[in-house]
Amino acid sequence: MEPLSWFEIITRVLLQFMPVWISLIALFTLSIVYKRRLGLYGKLFDSTIGMIGFALVMFWVFTGIFGALDMIITHDPLSQVSGMKNKLPGTPLTRPDEGQYPYYLFGGDNLARDVFSRMVKGAWIVVQIAPLATLFAFMVGITLGLPAGYYGGRLDTLLSFLANLILAFPVILLFYLLVTPEIVETGIPSYMATVLFVFPLVFVGVLLNSRYKTQPKVRTPLLIAVLGILGWLYLSLISEAGSKVSVLPGFLDLFDIPAGILVVFVSVVFVNSPTVFRIVRGLAMDIKTRDYVAAAQTRGEGPWYIMLWEILPNARGPLIVDFCLRIGYTTILLGTLGFFGLGLSPESPDWGTTINDGRRLLQIYLHPAIVPAVALLSMVLGLNLLADGLREESLRD
Amino acid sequence: MGLFILRRVGVMILTGLCLTFLVFTLTNLYPNLEKLAKTQGNFRMSDAEVTSYLERNGYLQPMIVKYGEWLGVVPSYRHENSDGTIQGRCIQPGQSPEEAPQFCGVLQGYWGFSTVFKDEVGSIIATRLSLTGKLMLWVMLLMVPSALILGVLSGMREGSKMDRTLSTISITTTATPEYVSGVILIAVFASSTVGLKWFKGTATSAMESANFENFFLPVLTISLYGMGYIARMTRASMAEVMTAQYIRTARLKGVSFGNIVVKHALRNALIAPFTVIMLQFPWLLNGVVIVETLFNYKGFGWTLVQAASNNDIELLLGVSVVSVFVVLVTQLISDIGYVYLNPRISVS
Repeated sequence: MEPLSWFEIITRVLLQFMPVWISLIALFTLSIVYKRRLGLYGKLFDSTIGMIGFALVMFWVFTGIFGALDMIITHDPLSQVSGMKNKLPGTPLTRPDEGQYPYYLFGGDNLARDVFSRMVKGAWIVVQIAPLATLFAFMVGITLGLPAGYYGGRLDTLLSFLANLILAFPVILLFYLLVTPEIVETGIPSYMATVLFVFPLVFVGVLLNSRYKTQPKVRTPLLIAVLGILGWLYLSLISEAGSKVSVLPGFLDLFDIPAGILVVFVSVVFVNSPTVFRIVRGLAMDIKTRDYVAAAQTRGEGPWYIMLWEILPNARGPLIVDFCLRIGYTTILLGTLGFFGLGLSPESPDWGTTINDGRRLLQIYLHPAIVPAVALLSMVLGLNLLADGLREESLRD
Repeated sequence: MGLFILRRVGVMILTGLCLTFLVFTLTNLYPNLEKLAKTQGNFRMSDAEVTSYLERNGYLQPMIVKYGEWLGVVPSYRHENSDGTIQGRCIQPGQSPEEAPQFCGVLQGYWGFSTVFKDEVGSIIATRLSLTGKLMLWVMLLMVPSALILGVLSGMREGSKMDRTLSTISITTTATPEYVSGVILIAVFASSTVGLKWFKGTATSAMESANFENFFLPVLTISLYGMGYIARMTRASMAEVMTAQYIRTARLKGVSFGNIVVKHALRNALIAPFTVIMLQFPWLLNGVVIVETLFNYKGFGWTLVQAASNNDIELLLGVSVVSVFVVLVTQLISDIGYVYLNPRISVS
């Protein structure tokens, strides 16, 4: 068979992404129709920049989800097809089996794997880890930053000192120190996970407790239920048979996170949370001087109620914007980890690892490195544009 | 002001001590030491042999004692071998134990010995750092002026077409980490199959003689990522200054737009970017590691990767100390500079 021309490659790729296009169109139609009822999310559709950013982000989110369901990919991302090593985009397979997709749309990499399918699978890794890790970093940052900003004094000095300590660390050095097999062997990342992942529990617990403290009939069952479920998830997350932290017996353990992913997750959360802490602390210091906080204090509300139900909702604008930016930054960090071959397995299809694989032959074969590079760029760009659009729209109120 | 600087320096030293102790602990954990013993001795060492090797070299003392020795405030460990000879960290080959100094640590100028490069850590770091210094100098020369121009141009007329275009450019560069922009730049400008073939894809030859052809791509790659961020800060600060009352007064007085920007707005608009530029140093360090690996430029960042991936404990410690020091000093300069530049902030 003849290799495909560039026009044919583009058409076939666009066709391959069909489920993503359908979902994107559906999402945008619905959102634009109901945009007046959707608050800040709806306002996003008033700004072109925000819409472009949102479209880029959702493109990769849908790609990740459908890719995980094996819908978009043309080949298995790990299987090697003989004769396809470093082949250019659009090369047909030499002996395609029955039902096998007859082309490598974006060519083959140096191990004769399909670059296109690896890119799609790589999106799923980012879509899985980046938002969740950012969310955890926010929980840690908020839980520590609010009291630091609200109370000030010794607590603030101590926590700020610790945050600056982590911030003064060059990120790559920290990764190299945390994500090596020797350190993983000592169990330090698992212990760090144990500490860091408590924060969401504390956050939710305090949040609900401070809200419903006056209605014990609602509060007690609610807290027991929520904390029970979260606690179980927490224990399943941190405990893993064979590692240093295994507290749950196997039959209660809901899911196992591969050790590599857990370490990557922990280090990304660890790197991000001091910055979130500083932002939240600054916002809390600013907002605590407002009149409505004074009113709540006069009313006799407890300090945690004021922090979580008076200060935090009023700090949401900058926090949402920073959340988008930070997901982008986390994506970059994940790529950095992959680029240096830290944490994730060498055959993992995530973008950083693929770029690292491809760069060795970059002078001769461009496509194995360029494809994931452009994918990562467009995703982070989308998040930055989205953040920009959100900032503009939230300033308009 | 003097007291403020003194307090900042105090906090800085405390932070430095905490961080180096942290790095020291992480690099001197038992699995690392075991690996070190096996690479120095042989890979088939039994556990007992590993223990005796570590014992001989003083690695089995408490962490805080080892840290003190490394720092040079605790007398160095000496071990008496079975044949009566004494060996220790401070005793160089050919030196008798009596002549050797009691203390040898970072404070005395002894940084240890690199197991990968077979050389003194101090001299390795000095040569590598000078190579990276060269890279950074050009990065600064390219990044800072272009970022400031970009920011001032887009901030002086907020919302104009030029502002939109330039802002999009700076957002794009902040969204492009070095390993992405480096790959794209190599593909476009240096690939031997397609592309323009203007520059070289490696910077190894730039270590001896840097010229435009072999040095521009790495410099550009690092600059791009930091540039967008500084430009956005400059833009925000410029846009804010341009709405100030005194600018309007100058406008009404009939001062030309160019004069307003250059003579009235610029100075106040550059206060915020100054601190941002200083705080960019830790990020630049990141960029340096990636770019030096990508372009095979054997500078400080490359050394960090080599030391970390080959378990070269003393070199890694040295590299960490230097990078932490750089970060802390730039933070200090940025704090002091901010106060100095902005008369509205008082320190007392």
